[in-house]
Amino acid sequence: MAEFLQQLLNGLSLGAIYALIALGYTMVYGVLRFINFAHSDVFMVGAFIGYYAGKLVPEGTIWGGLLVLAIAMAGCAILGMTIERLAYRPLRGAATLNVLITAIGVSLLLEYSGQVFFGAAPRTFPAVFPSANFSVGGLVISSNQIVVIVVATLLMIALEFIVHRTKIGTAMRAVSLNPKAAQLVGINNDVVISFTFGLGSALAAAGGILYALNYPSIEPLMGVMPGLKAFVAAVLGGIGNIPGAALGGLILGVVETFVNGSQWSTYKDAIAFAILIAILLFRPAGLLGKFTVEKV
Amino acid sequence: MKLPSLILATAACAAAALAQDTIKVGEYASLTGKEAGFGQTSHHGVILAIDEINAAGGVLGKKLELVYEDNQTKPGESATAAKKLISRDKVVALIGEVASGRSLEAAPVAQAAKIPMIAPAATNPKVTQVGNYIFRVCFIDPFQGNVMAKFATEQLKAKKVAVLSSVSNAYSLGLAKVFKETFTGAGGQILAEKNFSEGDKDFRAQLTAVKSANVDAVFVPSYYTEAALIVRQARDLGLTVPFFGGDGWEDEQLLKIGGDALNGCYYSTHFSAEDTAPAVGTFVAKYKKRWNGEIPGAFSALGYDAIYVLVDAIKRAGTTDGTKLRDALAATKNFDGVTGKTTINANRDASKPATIIAIKGGKTSFFKTVAP
Repeated sequence: MAEFLQQLLNGLSLGAIYALIALGYTMVYGVLRFINFAHSDVFMVGAFIGYYAGKLVPEGTIWGGLLVLAIAMAGCAILGMTIERLAYRPLRGAATLNVLITAIGVSLLLEYSGQVFFGAAPRTFPAVFPSANFSVGGLVISSNQIVVIVVATLLMIALEFIVHRTKIGTAMRAVSLNPKAAQLVGINNDVVISFTFGLGSALAAAGGILYALNYPSIEPLMGVMPGLKAFVAAVLGGIGNIPGAALGGLILGVVETFVNGSQWSTYKDAIAFAILIAILLFRPAGLLGKFTVEKV
Repeated sequence: MKLPSLILATAACAAAALAQDTIKVGEYASLTGKEAGFGQTSHHGVILAIDEINAAGGVLGKKLELVYEDNQTKPGESATAAKKLISRDKVVALIGEVASGRSLEAAPVAQAAKIPMIAPAATNPKVTQVGNYIFRVCFIDPFQGNVMAKFATEQLKAKKVAVLSSVSNAYSLGLAKVFKETFTGAGGQILAEKNFSEGDKDFRAQLTAVKSANVDAVFVPSYYTEAALIVRQARDLGLTVPFFGGDGWEDEQLLKIGGDALNGCYYSTHFSAEDTAPAVGTFVAKYKKRWNGEIPGAFSALGYDAIYVLVDAIKRAGTTDGTKLRDALAATKNFDGVTGKTTINANRDASKPATIIAIKGGKTSFFKTVAP
């Protein structure tokens, strides 16, 4: 039983990170109907901003950790909006395929400029948050896992608030529902799209910092695998659907962890992706794809 | 039939290159990427040896010239690098690699072109089985696996052990297999066997399962990036038993990533800078002077020895012709290097002592040497 709970905890903390990245994919898909492949590299840049910012604050303090998190989120929000302005906005109205290929180009650009600026060798991420381990029964909880789950939950609640309780959130939902009609009622679509990119990128940065805290070895290609998994999580939950992305991330993290801990650990990715295929066969729109009225 | 004849033609060109005034030695290494530590340290050893030989007048009246390529630790790049070095740069021999997987990629290229290749630290037996032009100057995994299995039984007094290996890494799988055979043969039990893939970062699931298996120690035959994260996450989960591994752990990044979590862990390797042998002392001093105080690791020493073994063979062969150089390399006997005496056996492997390193107080320290 202790082992089961421990694995569940491991899975939830991994899944929370997948969920944070998946939210960015799903929000951009909601407003623009395309997959922003550069998202996983914004995640990487977030971790690197955290790496450099982490050197400026004292290690192991809560305010230092939160400051690093805030700097990385702000930095990536600006990066995300810049990418949208320079690479995607000129293609507004072009075929989706063109935008998709541009996104792949931006992704490769970020990865390989990362290798030039940061170097290809892995670096050790500083322990910006205080770390300790707590033992509850047979269960060992590390403070990093708590940080991951708490920060991810708070960010998702904040996102839910922004989308449903603010003016800009209402505008986002309007653009997602029908861009032309939104424009007709006086919404500036460019501002809304730019905001969506900024918000999604800030969440990716938070995911990057939390990932690096748990697995403190960062390099310019670190975003590729988590990005792919998060994309799968977004599809699993129903792409374009915010609670779906969060649910998809958690499911993927937990399944992966349980398979990893079993005797079939060799096949962990195969099993995780087989589950995805099975779910999509029976529910082509994803788990929550059909139930929601609004798509963002 | 077109391709082999083309490669033969390039080999002929390589022979023609002899007329030039330098002897070109090719090196492919992981100078950047996930295992940059392997490539950088062996590269530094290679450069030091070449500088020394050139300062002493070179070999056969010519200076050595190093031409090197970075494979970025990526699968698939080593064969391309080897092809480029052989066909365009016309090197007389190839030095590479530290990792068995990447050595296995380049070896068929060298074999087909009949250019001798010396792997400084690839320990998987399959590497030299590729063909009679492939050599190595280090011990092989069956020996290393035996040493660590004995070490587990005798020093760690472990009866129940878990093994955590990487399924996409030839070195890891080979070493795990030998270890399991020897350890169970000596009466030990393997209670948990878990796998992961290269580049994985999350090992908590496997480690949680290992923890429930209640073992005395955990064998992790992987490279340093994974090993460091594994031990760190194990300590986070409250798994306090010793972890031990092979020469793949050898890099300063291991301690940078793993930190204090690694205290009480052990690994086997080829060389220790703390060894009291006089040859080691001089080498360490020269190396530190050349590389701004950097302490040489096992792969620095093996890269250095690989060049000296090659030069010794060129001298005995009196030529850099691929076939004659191969024969001279195969006849290497009791060559005195900084990693001990090198004798190339019938399988083109070297049999050498293994060094066991203990990690204490966040530092590596020499534990003992095990003779072959």
